[in-house]
Amino acid sequence: MTDSVSLKLGWSPRINPHFRLQWEEAQQAKVLLYPEGMIKLNSSSGEILSLCDGDTTIQDIIDELKRIFPKEETLEQDVLEFLSVAFERRWLIHD
Amino acid sequence: MTNPPFWLLAELTYRCPLQCPYCSNPIEIAQIDKELDTETWVRVMTEARGLGAVQLGFSGGEPLVREDLTDLVAEGRRLGYYTNLITSGIGLNADKVAALKQAGLDHIQVSFQASTEELNDLIAGSGKAFAQKVAMAKEIKRLGYPMVLNFVLHRQNIEQVAQILQLAAELQADYVELANTQYYGWAFHNRAALLPSLQQLLDAEVVVQAYREKFGERMKIIFVVPDYYENRPKRCMNGWGNIFLTVAPDGTALPCHSARQLPLEFPNVRDWNIGHIWRDSPSFNAFRGDSWMREPCRTCAEKDKDLGGCRCQAFMLTGDPTNADPVCAKSPHRQLINDAIEQAQQVAENTQPLRFRNWRNSKELIASSE
Repeated sequence: MTDSVSLKLGWSPRINPHFRLQWEEAQQAKVLLYPEGMIKLNSSSGEILSLCDGDTTIQDIIDELKRIFPKEETLEQDVLEFLSVAFERRWLIHD
Repeated sequence: MTNPPFWLLAELTYRCPLQCPYCSNPIEIAQIDKELDTETWVRVMTEARGLGAVQLGFSGGEPLVREDLTDLVAEGRRLGYYTNLITSGIGLNADKVAALKQAGLDHIQVSFQASTEELNDLIAGSGKAFAQKVAMAKEIKRLGYPMVLNFVLHRQNIEQVAQILQLAAELQADYVELANTQYYGWAFHNRAALLPSLQQLLDAEVVVQAYREKFGERMKIIFVVPDYYENRPKRCMNGWGNIFLTVAPDGTALPCHSARQLPLEFPNVRDWNIGHIWRDSPSFNAFRGDSWMREPCRTCAEKDKDLGGCRCQAFMLTGDPTNADPVCAKSPHRQLINDAIEQAQQVAENTQPLRFRNWRNSKELIASSE
């Protein structure tokens, strides 16, 4: 069961304080930690979540990633899809 | 190649103000003394973190009776662990909740025995536990912790599951664990008074499903089924010595908190470092892989899925930890489970008195087994 979310580009997402994002040496990956559990993130998910600082808007996150990865053609769509899932799972919140 | 441990469960003490008759602590609590000191716990946490452990649970007994709990939490957080406090809530107060937050505690899990004061306090063997738990749950939420409420289910409270979930919702729990009793240690001794009937279980599942649909992601409901009612065993601890490391109050290192009863010699953290214990000790290697298995597991197509189930259950019920977990329908010992289930359907009223988990009962049970 998930609550569906329609994203707005002006939102400034941040990590839900009930989760913690950190680099795990043993996993060689960024992970999201929560009560008694861990989600291992792939590198692009980790990259996106690291930009979710509560100040940067979704539009700015996309622009920043486009600057870093100019050859990724479906980047905008991929980022929006991931953010949508991240909001549904309550990894992210916004004001 | 051995996986790194993912979980370090630090059972700081077996002392506890409650006497729950399904406690997962060993029956022998009265003869296990000499708790580890702060310095040793810090070394254990540091070594396990070095191997890659990331979840750190402070448990017991009641971990709040340890005066160094806040210091241990601070050290755990400094090391980069996600720190979990697993508590009855007894011994907590608003200042303590705030001090633990300040120290970097990430999450608090509060155990409840039931949704009403009367039944809760009866099962806990304590006269004022319920009001204290409710007050502390509110304080935990007020300070912004994620909160897990844990209810151990059994035949005497499983029919309250709707009220339990209602209480959890009122207290704004983020997660609710409805953990059907697992029949080890104290619960095994009280099994006839605790094992629910099949109908009770099916009714509870319907209620749980309705609440899941109502609350969705806002309050996640984890329902742990009693494995007696399954026909395949659970993948116990996700594998022996695979992700889980328990250190008991006296420093005994275990692949799960029930394993102490097995006929193996477990290493003590006072004598060995965690790297040696995890990778090289004979007991942590005893049931890794599948070469230890006997029939019907050895040639079973599902052996990689459930890993033969639980070694403790196999030992408790059959006397040999290398047997298939008798929960499995393929086990030649399955009748033992069927007999217990049958008894649970017949006993309309609880006729067996509960044997509460306390030092006196521990000594009596030790004496009667000798």
